[in-house]
Amino acid sequence: MVVETQLARFDSIALDCGATLAPVEVAYETYGELNHDRSNAILIVHAFSGDAHAAGVSKETGKPGWWDDMIGPGKGFDTGKYFLICSNVLGGCRGTTGPASIDPAAGRPYAMSFPVITIGDMVRLQNRLVEHLGISRLLSVAGGSMGGMQALEWSVSYPEKVASVVVIGSTARHTAMQIAFNEVGRQAIMADPDWNGGDYHGGRGPARGLAVARMVGHITYMSDESMRQKFGRRLREKDVLGFDFSVDFEVESYLRYRGSQFVDRFDANSYLYITKAEDYFDLTGGFPSLAASLERSRARFLVISFTSDWLYPSYQSLEIVNALRSLVRDVAYCALPSEYGHDAFLVEVGEQSEIVRGFLASAVRAAARPAGAPGATSRAALQERRG
Amino acid sequence: MTQAPARRRPLVGEILGRSDYAIIGDIIEPGTRVLDLGCGEGELLEWLAQNQGVEGHGVEIQPARVQRAIARGVSAYQGDIEESLEHYPDQAFDYVIASQTLQEMQRPLKVLREMLRVGRFGVVAFPNFGHWRVRWAHLVSGRAPRTVLFPHEWYDSPNIHFLTIDDFRSLAANQNWTIERGYYLAGQRAVRWRENLLAEVAVFLVRR
Repeated sequence: MVVETQLARFDSIALDCGATLAPVEVAYETYGELNHDRSNAILIVHAFSGDAHAAGVSKETGKPGWWDDMIGPGKGFDTGKYFLICSNVLGGCRGTTGPASIDPAAGRPYAMSFPVITIGDMVRLQNRLVEHLGISRLLSVAGGSMGGMQALEWSVSYPEKVASVVVIGSTARHTAMQIAFNEVGRQAIMADPDWNGGDYHGGRGPARGLAVARMVGHITYMSDESMRQKFGRRLREKDVLGFDFSVDFEVESYLRYRGSQFVDRFDANSYLYITKAEDYFDLTGGFPSLAASLERSRARFLVISFTSDWLYPSYQSLEIVNALRSLVRDVAYCALPSEYGHDAFLVEVGEQSEIVRGFLASAVRAAARPAGAPGATSRAALQERRG
Repeated sequence: MTQAPARRRPLVGEILGRSDYAIIGDIIEPGTRVLDLGCGEGELLEWLAQNQGVEGHGVEIQPARVQRAIARGVSAYQGDIEESLEHYPDQAFDYVIASQTLQEMQRPLKVLREMLRVGRFGVVAFPNFGHWRVRWAHLVSGRAPRTVLFPHEWYDSPNIHFLTIDDFRSLAANQNWTIERGYYLAGQRAVRWRENLLAEVAVFLVRR
């Protein structure tokens, strides 16, 4: 399945910070066919460093999508049944307007003059894209990590447009630890002299700072167990310790490789803006409790966590699930056993596929049933039927 | 009636040609909201959704079973029954089912009270420790009874609280619960007298 990233353009979008961004472009891809009554559309929302290329083989790069194992014919998100959409987030650097885009007013990249964006802003732009594609109601919005935050935001911002939500390895709000890791990444970038206050376009750019930020990120995506299995204390291309500060251990080599590879595909300022959006995310914001906030949603929920994910631990998924249970909402939850840490949502495909497939099928059945607010049968009605 | 799939932990088995599901279907009114404690792979809730138009919710502690329940489209929640009920508001469900799970709970009375707080009716099924075969096994062997109904050695039995039909009736009276209906079964047969001695399994429909 060869896919081509497409571009949608909108005149302007109002942001949570009060600023307006104009114009805005969104890079997106679609897979599968929209059915006759436009009821089979699913929005896939990507994680921090993801992009619009979720599935298939990119016409441009020849590479598979970041969730290609989950999206395709017969896969968890079956392109034979559903019409899938994935777009690059606002503030990103893979085709959607972000800090590396040209500010039409200034004639040069926005850099740090780009407004601070939120998960809510990302979702607002995705809603514009969905409207642009002529879809009034999504069968599902699904994503892991930061994608899960967007899916949650969708459920409360556009409750009438979302029939179901899949939240994987995510949270309703960033904790101190999650903010702390993001701040280390931001400081690594900003401490690099080549960052130059964000004004590095045409220059070298903060390659070292961005690489270090990514190295920290990768550690948080793995687990102690997965790192012991993958690297242990194995030395890299040597039999004895070097007694110097070149690469000794495999794990050092891996992190350096991942760091340098990331620099080639990611904009440092996007890193700052997107991590800030994650840190600002708090679904409870403005409400007395998470349940009070989620009460706005009308969707069925599937929440998945992974046992070894210490970056987005299961208790954060349970906060969401228990808030929904206190509202007696339709929610399925499981903590999948895995040793892959936070990365599990990209790696543990088999079990996720089975679960997602069944959940989506039940969402289709629920959507086909006549509308009616879910609620316990009234005592009177029950007594009447009991005769 | 459609062919019911086999359930891992049948509520009552076959009786008078009626399956477990038929009895449950007899108890559970259509179109209601049901919570199944220890829902396993969600077979019962799936059946209730398809045949009774029930909105089903399940609680199950074993991850592999929860996964299969969700895969069959059931809204199952992975968690401990004894810790999970507190999140639900009062009278959130029409029925809360505890099928063959009560005897495995650490604090069965707390679970029962919670069931009747979050549900308007409780459906409780359990193996009857008062059955004559259990009494006999205990009497003649002088050891922890092992029967078809209680097949485990004392050290690997999931059953940590043994109760009889009379025990449950007495508890209900004591707690001012109303037993709306009782089903008493021995193998394939309905038991119509001396239930505490002759029934292997009991199913009660209870309310506060």
